[in-house]
Amino acid sequence: MTALVSIRRLRKNFDRFTALDGIDLEIDEGEVVCIIGPSGSGKSTLIRCINLLETFDDPGEILVGNIPVKRGKQLASVRAEVGMVFQSFNLFPHLTIRENIKLAPKRVRKVGDKEADEKAMQLLNRVGIGAQADKYPDQLSGGQQQRVAIARALAMEPKILLFDEPTSSLDPEMVGEVLDVMRQLAHSGVTMIVVTHEMGFARQVADRVVFMNEGKIVESGRPENIFDSPKENRTREFLNAVLTR
Amino acid sequence: MSITETFFNWGVLTSSFPLLLSGLRVTLLLGLVSIIAGLILGLLISLIRIYSIRPARIVAKIYIDVFRSIPILVLLIVVYYALPFVGFRLSPFMSAAFALTLVSGAYTAEIFRAGIEAIPRGQFEASQALGLSYRHMMMDIILPQAIRIVIPPLTNNCVNVVKDTALASVVAMPDLLKQATQAQALEANPTPLIFAALMYVALLWPLITLVGRLEKKYRRETAR
Repeated sequence: MTALVSIRRLRKNFDRFTALDGIDLEIDEGEVVCIIGPSGSGKSTLIRCINLLETFDDPGEILVGNIPVKRGKQLASVRAEVGMVFQSFNLFPHLTIRENIKLAPKRVRKVGDKEADEKAMQLLNRVGIGAQADKYPDQLSGGQQQRVAIARALAMEPKILLFDEPTSSLDPEMVGEVLDVMRQLAHSGVTMIVVTHEMGFARQVADRVVFMNEGKIVESGRPENIFDSPKENRTREFLNAVLTR
Repeated sequence: MSITETFFNWGVLTSSFPLLLSGLRVTLLLGLVSIIAGLILGLLISLIRIYSIRPARIVAKIYIDVFRSIPILVLLIVVYYALPFVGFRLSPFMSAAFALTLVSGAYTAEIFRAGIEAIPRGQFEASQALGLSYRHMMMDIILPQAIRIVIPPLTNNCVNVVKDTALASVVAMPDLLKQATQAQALEANPTPLIFAALMYVALLWPLITLVGRLEKKYRRETAR
């Protein structure tokens, strides 16, 4: 089976700082990969490279469904296949919830209004916000907004969903509702890459956990292996620090 | 002669009123043309100023700075009296519309730039991540939000453009001020001038209050 996403020799240098230092990673269809690691380890930068919100240095390359991720004509079609959920939701504040979800399918996929509307309502019901469809984002709680953001990404029927610390800016009591939606998605076979600090979620839901430090992948494997018997010292240190908190 | 007879002479007013009205029409038309053309020009320049390649950005920046520093009266006189020497002859109306548009475009560009730059980066990233084209990102996401931010300063700019139309009387354009000064000379009485001044105020006062109200409303919404 060929990988859905292939990341090869990925490097990114800022002025004096190496954010990504030679990353190789393959993600198969249907796989749920959680990326963990200390802040500044390059986790977010890595997934932001997959839809080129962040540029990366030559000769590194990323393929999504065999299409190279780079500037040019193909970029929009790559981006249409790669959904993203942000830490800060980034809903469009001037549009209703319903319109937030319909916009990209209509503009990018050229779906008709009626069809887009039906799809939007179906997705909103799936994430449990059907009743709020005609409100504006600022009338919803953080947890609800993030669920809308997930529905918005799903509306494009992407091949893969990227989550960039999706629960990090939520009040603690709202983290659960967002993780529940993500858990459902994982079980329904959606390919997901999740950058997260939620170790419980990573352990339960991930097919594979990737531990990053200082721009490198230190180790990766089945969650039980990473969490219960990490091979690397650095992984053990990190897990001790976050799990005993 | 009493104050009333001098400044508020009913007979003078009625006989000069048609002249004032035709002047008001010209003023309004000139203001409208310059405002609309200035908006389009300003939007284009602001997009160049923010998003195009570096040399074009620098040209846009220079344009904005030059036309914000040149006095409109000077620009108007250059357009009307100097350009004919290079075979570029414009009517008084066109000269005035041209000068006002160039200047209004510079101010408008700065206003749009501030408005667009006030939109959080996440809005651009979310649009890009969804695969929206540049055009759709701007038309559907960025500009609709930026417009709410820029409406108060834009309205303010409109007030300034309408005020500056009075400068066109210098190049013999029959606007409100020009007609009023002519009527004054004709009647040997300043009543037409007084009424022209009142007409400017009546025209712009509502716009000024509108700016204040919009600013307050916007401040409330961003605080929400």
